[in-house]
Amino acid sequence: MDDMAFFRELVTGLNRGLLMSVMLIIPSALGGLIIGIVAGALRAFGNSLVIRIGDGYAALFRGTPLVVQLFVLYFGLPNVGIYLTPYWAAVTGFMLCSGAYQSEYVRGALLSIKRNQYLGAQALGFTRLQTIFWVIIPQAMRRALPGCGNEIIYLIKYSSLAYIVTFMELTGEGKTIATEYFRFTEVFLVIGFYYLILVSVAKIILRKTEKALEVPGFGSV
Amino acid sequence: MSRSEPILKVENITKSFGSAEILKGVGLELPKGAIKILIGPSGGGKSTLLQCLNCLVTPDSGTIWFNGGVVNIQKSKELYAFRQQVGMIFQDFNLFDHLTALDNIIIALCKVKKMSKQQARERAMTELDQVGLGDKGHLYPAELSGGQKQRVAIARALAMDPKVLLLDEPTSALDPELVGEVVAVIRSLAHKGMTMIMATHQISLIRNLADEILFMKDGLIAERGTPDELLGKGCGTLSQGFCDKLNEIAGEES
Repeated sequence: MDDMAFFRELVTGLNRGLLMSVMLIIPSALGGLIIGIVAGALRAFGNSLVIRIGDGYAALFRGTPLVVQLFVLYFGLPNVGIYLTPYWAAVTGFMLCSGAYQSEYVRGALLSIKRNQYLGAQALGFTRLQTIFWVIIPQAMRRALPGCGNEIIYLIKYSSLAYIVTFMELTGEGKTIATEYFRFTEVFLVIGFYYLILVSVAKIILRKTEKALEVPGFGSV
Repeated sequence: MSRSEPILKVENITKSFGSAEILKGVGLELPKGAIKILIGPSGGGKSTLLQCLNCLVTPDSGTIWFNGGVVNIQKSKELYAFRQQVGMIFQDFNLFDHLTALDNIIIALCKVKKMSKQQARERAMTELDQVGLGDKGHLYPAELSGGQKQRVAIARALAMDPKVLLLDEPTSALDPELVGEVVAVIRSLAHKGMTMIMATHQISLIRNLADEILFMKDGLIAERGTPDELLGKGCGTLSQGFCDKLNEIAGEES
């Protein structure tokens, strides 16, 4: 009887949390990817000032713990008059942190494109921007995809830190129920299973994307 | 030889990389329909000179005339327009690896010449047919042989309607049995009157196609003249010595 009530509450709570987690993860992953592509491209091709700014951004967000970043965004920014809701504090933190890591994958991929691809385009009369946009980025994208996918999978799991800024997502909901019933092991095992499903879905989507972009001579099987 | 106005003319081109002086003041003229062939030892500056001709490598000094006017290479717009009209063929093809043979040609026509996709596709098909690859348009560079890749690269350059073609050792990266198909395409271009300047070690191209041979050594043109002048029996020129060596190698291979 008691078990029934516990499981009913657990499942409703976790499903609610799952939805919240998905609402966190999707914009954070997309935002992080966009920031990563822009920052990575600027760090690969910008002038020395732009490169320094980009490197500084990556150093700051890869060099400090995400928890600290979230604290600053949620509890620190009100001191200078900026108030973020828990949701936006979390999404902003995730995007900036994920973007810093993504920019490394993107930068590496951009730099791996051989010089003869530039020369080929330049000799045909492509402008520098056209070369980057139509030749370098499409190739680099395929090289970067496995790394970027890895970062998204990692993001799915560190999205659990949103409960630190009081946003009730999967882990937060679970923790509340666990405390209420004092049944930590069961609750966290189920939470783990939920994340496993989330990651599996992400993996399928990433694999599909890789397949769709597959070109002979670009590595992926 | 006709004394028409040169299409492409350069004067006093110099280029250094660090302390190494690669080109020490090179000048040449390409009249319409002329075929000039650059030969000489590696490191003599042939590739750098060709890349200076369309400013893939920016010369340190010197002047470039194209179609009668000086090309202002500081103005990027003018530079891009100039490059459009000067085709280049590279030793290692430089096809875009992520695009099919057909799309390699289409993208240049669409993005640079601003052609419609439909027009570009038709033109690309025509050019692929010309080099005998009409049925290979759907294949990616990784699925083509070296000779086929080079022929696609030639088709791509020709689709831009270049006034001059620069060829940088177009057959040097090819397996010996694939050289013939590329040589055949280059020959047919020559017969159609394409203006070309080519660095090559392909003895058959040197002897049969060249209007003038330019022998480059240590960043300068050491000798220039017609094949008969430079390669005639016993003229004792640098070019002859060089070609004899190429012949020896070719002899050993066959």
